[in-house]
Order: sequence, then structure tokens, then C-alpha cells
Amino acid sequence: MAIPILTALCFHEINPALDFIIGIEISVLLGLLLIKICHTDKDLNWMQGMIVVSISWIVAMILGAIPLYLSGHWKSFLDACFDTMSGFATTGLSLVQNLDHMSYAHNLWRHLIMFLGGQGIVVIALSFFVRGFSGAFKMYVGEARDEKIMPNVIHTSRFIWLVSIVYLILGTLVLGITGIFNGMKPVNSFFHGACIFMAAFDTGGFSPQSQNILYYHSLIYEVITIVIMILGAINFKLHYHLWMGNRKEIFKNIETSTLFITIIASFSIVAIGLAQINSYPSALVLFRKGFYQLISGHTGTGFQTIYPQQFIIDWNPLALTGVILAMALGGAVCSTTGAIKMLRIGIILKAFKEDLKRIIMPEKAIVIEKFHHIKEVFLEDRLVRSALIITLAYIILYGLGALIGMFYGNPFLESLFESTSAAANVGLSCGITNTAMPAALKITYIIQMWAGRLEFMSVFTILGFLYASIKGK
Amino acid sequence: MKNNFKLILIISLFVLANYPQACFSQGVNSSELIKNSKQYDGKIVVYFGEVIGDVMLRGKFAWVNINDGDNTIGVWMPALQARLINFSGSYKSRGDNLEVVGIFNRACVEHGGDLDIHAQTLRKVSGGRIVNQRLDIDKKNLSIILLGILFLIWILTLFKKK
Repeated sequence: MAIPILTALCFHEINPALDFIIGIEISVLLGLLLIKICHTDKDLNWMQGMIVVSISWIVAMILGAIPLYLSGHWKSFLDACFDTMSGFATTGLSLVQNLDHMSYAHNLWRHLIMFLGGQGIVVIALSFFVRGFSGAFKMYVGEARDEKIMPNVIHTSRFIWLVSIVYLILGTLVLGITGIFNGMKPVNSFFHGACIFMAAFDTGGFSPQSQNILYYHSLIYEVITIVIMILGAINFKLHYHLWMGNRKEIFKNIETSTLFITIIASFSIVAIGLAQINSYPSALVLFRKGFYQLISGHTGTGFQTIYPQQFIIDWNPLALTGVILAMALGGAVCSTTGAIKMLRIGIILKAFKEDLKRIIMPEKAIVIEKFHHIKEVFLEDRLVRSALIITLAYIILYGLGALIGMFYGNPFLESLFESTSAAANVGLSCGITNTAMPAALKITYIIQMWAGRLEFMSVFTILGFLYASIKGK
Repeated sequence: MKNNFKLILIISLFVLANYPQACFSQGVNSSELIKNSKQYDGKIVVYFGEVIGDVMLRGKFAWVNINDGDNTIGVWMPALQARLINFSGSYKSRGDNLEVVGIFNRACVEHGGDLDIHAQTLRKVSGGRIVNQRLDIDKKNLSIILLGILFLIWILTLFKKK
């Protein structure tokens, strides 16, 4: 919160600065209280690591919401919590009011929490440790990051930060200069550039203005954000290999090839759907609008160049299904995206292929399936099982959210769209998410965003812990 | 008399020929435009709202985003018309309120399928202003109280260590 305070001071925003000072003071007080109550020198076991992570996200949501709520741009504290969880989980669904008159400080905070949440709140904490401790890896895994780029988890966290900050500087410069060419004032241009970069690279989807990307009316801006969204959707491990000059990895990796195939497949569905109803006046316009929303959904970003209601008015059910499918699949593991993710989809497809081979080939034939993910990996049953369990958990989460949405009177496809968007941490909206929606639906989406971001393990652990506590075990 | 009749006839024919366009020449809000975009597509509409964000000059034209309280719609207008604008809405200012008469596009071919309005005429209904910030006393007091509590805890910790 120190960065928004500095921003507020730079732009002479007195009351916003006070909002963040109050936010810091409450956070420090709570921190001191927790140190007093919960301090221990013992190392964390797996269960404790997972519980620490899942509770950290809830606490971060509440503390992060304080300055937002004090700004007066949210109707209730629940609405502010909704946006904070949406930010930390890099979702992008929002209940903000009168965004176009928001202070620089609050606007920066909205995007900063996406940047922090994208890397992982615990990853941030780990980055400051001088040396590792065994509990660190447990917490790292609890935040849905099970891949170590470097031998030490703390070095891995620092590498993730290095990648993000280098891209932040480059992305802000490119978007800032583009903004100036688009006719924006230089200060606004670079401020928007930084905000949009954070939201795009961390596949968040907030933007400084209520029109989202439509505000800029610029093809170049759309192209640049597509590139940043894709960069954000690829594995940090792949970034590492690209940085080390191993460019062949991008063509061999199972995640990038699966991403390429699923983008083509889902865009085909969207394009056919839009063409069926002549939604757009030309093929070029159809491509520009359809592809942008699709990439935004597939990478889990949630940027929009159409109004939420247009999904329902101008898009037919087939085109909507294409976007829902893309949102449900997501980007790469160890990236900032949510959803099922490409590695798991790739593994499941390989497993199908292996089973088909087994049926077709003679009984005595030995069928071995491999895939390339940084190195050659044999397809083992345990990998397939793990991929299928997480996939099933996501499908259940999407379905449950859709059921609750329908319970409150929304049509099936729209409920599924919004639920998938929340659980897969995307942020595209077809209009259900608004301040008038019932509090229970807001809480449902908060839980979906939280569970979807942490990929269930931490959430299952805390649920199991609560159940055991109630049972007295 | 004969000339007057001819003039009335020409005007009547002009109005009839443009009837489908002219029929929506009354004030329409953004929600109505988005909800019934197919109905309003290509028609002349009257849209009213506050200028927000940057006035983005693009050669001889400019993009101006206008918020009517529900949504913000991009208005494409000649740069000369955009010079009428003195204030645009932000944290520190209220933007000029404009009344735009222009052609509404559900998916503008010229602008990559954006939902927009191409302005024909523009009228400033009321001027914007700088919003003076007043220090919120409640917030100031709360921050001082919390700072005091933190200071007290720090002093107590120091005593405990000694």
C-alpha cells in the first residue's frame, strides 16, 4: 500500500492517501496481533502450509478491500471484498461504481493487487527470505505452483519477480508510447500503460476506465494487449528457457502446442457462431471482435472490446459456448492464468491416445506414451489421475456456480458463462455481475475465484481441517 | 406562391426520404442503445452525457468517450468540434456535458466493429469544473487514532524487551 500512497502524494490526492494510511495501519495492527498469537519456531507440515496459504488469501482480501471501500466507489464492504478477491485471483470481474472518476491511487491499487496476486501472495513473501526453509515449498505448492524453475523455491520466486518486472518496464513503455500516438496525455498514457500491462500480463482484466479496452479505440493497443496476454499465459519455466536462448522449447512443449490447437478449435466455434447470425458486417470485423474476446477468455484475462450485454444480444449460443470452452481450459501451469490448464489437457489427450493405441495394437504390444514439457516425460498413470482429478474439480466448480446462478433466475448459458469466468479467473462478463445481484451470488463468485486460483488443494485442506475440528478429531 | 409550394414539396420529400433515420432523433440513453442496438443501428440518435478521460485526437478527427451515468460510449467527431471541450471527467474534475446528434453504429465497419456514434452536431449543455478536494476529517482522525495505538504498542514492546 506504500506505492498507492506515493502515487496519491504525487497527484495531490489527499483523501485517497488517507485511505491507504488507514489500510496500512489496520494491516500492521493485525500483523502484530497474529505474530503475538500464532508465532512458532517449528517448521510447517503440509497441512499447515496449505492452511496458511488459503487463509492468507482471505485475510489479504479483507485488508486489501479497506482502502477501496473507504474511497466510496463501492456500495458495500462485500462489493469491495469481491473486487479485491477478483484482483488478487487475477479474475477481473468488478462491482466498482463510477470508475471513470476514480483517483490514480485507488486505480493503481486495483491493478497492483492483480500484479501481486498473479505472482502469488506467498511467492511475494518467499521472495524476501534470504534462505529457504522446508515450509516454503509447501506454501509455494499451496498457491498452485508445483513447478520449481530453479533448485531453490526462493530463487524460483525471485526469478518470477524478475521476469514480471522486466516485462512490466518494457510493456509500460510500449503501451505508454502507443497511448501518446493514440492522442492520450503523456501522464495518463504511461499510467494506463502500467495498469493495462499489469492486468494483461497477470491475466487479470481490470482497466482504469469503465469501457475496458474499448476506451482506447485502437487496433494497435488491442494487438499489443493480445501479445502481453499470451506472454502471461505461458509457463514461467518456459520464459526461463526462452531467456536462456532455448527457443526450440516453445515449439516442442506440450503446453504451447495444446494452447495453439485449443485456440484454433475454440475460435472456429466462435467464428461459426458469429457467422451464422451475421453478427458483424465483415469477416475482418468478425475476426477482430471474435478473436480478441476469445484470446482474452482463453488466457484468463477478461479484457473486453464489446459491452457485456453484447455477448447476449449480438452473440449466439454457439459463439458463447466457444468462449466458455476457452475460458474453462485456460493457459499454462505455473503462469498467472486460472482454469484447468494446458498441461492437464495435453496429458488427458495423450492418455486417450495411449488407450486408443492399446485397443488397436496387438495385446502383446507394449504401448509407451511420452510428452515433452521442458524434458521428455513418460506418461504415467499417476500423472493422468492427478490431471483428471483437478479437471473434474474444475468442472464441478463451474457447474455448481452455474446452478446457483440459475437459482437466482438467470438463464443456463449466461449462468454458466459467468460461473466459468469466475472459477477460471477470467473476468469476462455477460452482465450478471453487477451491484444489484444477490449477496449470496457475490459470495459464491468470491469462493469460486479463491478456489479456482488456489487450484483446490489448499481449499480442500482447510475444508478437511474445519470438518475435523467440528468432529473433534 | 408557386415557389413556396415547391419549397414545401422539396422539404416534405426530404423528410419522408430520411424518415427511418430521423425517427430516433430523440434523446436515447446508453442502456437503451446497447440493449436495442440492432434497432438503432445506422439511425440518427441524440445522446447526452459527460465527457470522461482523454480527448484522443486522431488526425482531423477525435475520439471522445461520453458517459451518461449508465455506460460510456465512444463518439467519433471532427477535431474542430472536439475543441469545444474544456473539461473531461476524472477524479479531480467533472467533464463538460454534451448533447451529441449523430449516427449510431452497432458494429462500426470503419472502427473495427466498435459500438459507437459518429457525431454530426455537438452542443455543450453545461460546462465542467474542477472538483475541490476537502480533507475528510473522519478519515484524518481515524488514521491518527490508529497511529497512536501502533505507537503505544511499539513503546510497550520496547519496555518489555528492557
